[in-house]
Amino acid sequence: MQALTKRKKVLEKKPMNFWERMYLPAIVQGLGITIKHLFKKRTTIYYPEEQREFSVNYRGLHSLKRDEEGRERCTACGLCALSCPAEAITMKSAERTADEKHLYREEKYASVYEINMLRCIFCGFCEEACPKEAIYLDGNIAPADFNRTDFIYGKDKLLEPKK
Amino acid sequence: MDVALIIEKVILISAVLGVSLGIAMYTTLAERKIAGFLQDRVGPNRAGPFGLLQPLADGVKLFTKEEIIPSGASSSLFILGPSLAMLTACIGSAVIPWGQDLVIGERIVPLQIADINVGILYIFGVVALGVYGIMIGGWASNNKFSLLGAIRAASQNISYEIAMGLALISLLMMTGTLSLKEIAAQQEGIAWNVFYQPLGFLIFLVCAFAETNRTPFDLPECETELVGGYHTEYSSMKLGFYLFAEYINIFIASAVMATLYFGSYNFPGMGYLAEIGIGQNIITLLGTLALFAKILFFIFFFIWVRWTVPRFRYDQLMKLGWNVLIPLAIANIAITGAVILYFDR
Repeated sequence: MQALTKRKKVLEKKPMNFWERMYLPAIVQGLGITIKHLFKKRTTIYYPEEQREFSVNYRGLHSLKRDEEGRERCTACGLCALSCPAEAITMKSAERTADEKHLYREEKYASVYEINMLRCIFCGFCEEACPKEAIYLDGNIAPADFNRTDFIYGKDKLLEPKK
Repeated sequence: MDVALIIEKVILISAVLGVSLGIAMYTTLAERKIAGFLQDRVGPNRAGPFGLLQPLADGVKLFTKEEIIPSGASSSLFILGPSLAMLTACIGSAVIPWGQDLVIGERIVPLQIADINVGILYIFGVVALGVYGIMIGGWASNNKFSLLGAIRAASQNISYEIAMGLALISLLMMTGTLSLKEIAAQQEGIAWNVFYQPLGFLIFLVCAFAETNRTPFDLPECETELVGGYHTEYSSMKLGFYLFAEYINIFIASAVMATLYFGSYNFPGMGYLAEIGIGQNIITLLGTLALFAKILFFIFFFIWVRWTVPRFRYDQLMKLGWNVLIPLAIANIAITGAVILYFDR
């Protein structure tokens, strides 16, 4: 087989000589290797205090977007729920009344919009499916919690705050 | 027997006990920290700065855990096991000289709890008793893994005690005394025994690893084969006692090795300091510091070896003990005898 690197070393199997059978030189060699690691720089990132930088296309928590006038973009078409392979998204639609024009951009809106973060696999199909550019996975890591019910994120957590 | 003597001994005993418990406590942290460092991790760092409060947190955890005595176990022996392990671990330090004499007023205070003339035999006796703690605990658990671990501990300790004793004989041929205080005093300055007895020290070191049940000889608690070894059934502070006793034993073993082979409280330049007129008490304290530096190095070495060398197989362990170490130790006695005879030293 062709070697992938130049570090390949062919070892022959032969009986150990006296020096090798003494066992102690090998232990001393091993101690040398481990002590070297004592002074190595650690690559640990101290998580809650420090955070690794995300790549630009990182898919984190979802957020429901608003348009330039601060109205919700979502029209409750259900395409995101349909495209979701984990079936994590549920929603209820409602019709916009005349005095709600400043709240919702379209005539139909989502009165309830819930994502179960335990089911979500953060594949990003919902943001691809959305025709209104209303949902993006641009948030942070989904945080831990104590209750299963607390992982169902409603509009209170998902909706982008007003500017 | 005057009052001052009693006060002096009480203070010394509490200090030695406190120091050995404190060192054992922080050895647990050091073990985890060094394990982390040697494996390019950081180790525990959440409790206090650099994780310094971790041993306290562990202690509180162990105390508050549920105490379980298995229904099939013999409950009195089950409790006796860890108590005995802890007791024998704690009393071993009684004969170790922690420094030269302090002079307070007109009193000469030796920094040694008991200077008995068979000091090293006492330590051997106590260490041998330590096996009973493991043996009784493992047997009383009524669990086959515990029993296997206990049997392994017993046979391992017996095998390695022979080599340890034989290694020591060649040292005693040189020193001509069993008293640890005199052995320590003989190694003035840099005339440490390790330079005269390198092979003996090596054998003693290997046996010390086996006696304290440390990797590469930690077969009594070999997780991969025996669940937890002799303490499989133990929980709460009884388990804590077993683990703690192991760390105290490391401390004692380190102290014994430092005393016997690495010059105890002697450090190079000691005579020079006395010549330029530095007080005896200051030199004594410096000597104690030197002794503790040596002990801490040995503790570090124990941990260092643990995270380097994999565990032996049981037959390899026995083979090493009986086929290699004991003949080597006997050869060492013969060589030492010949050298003593030849140089008439």
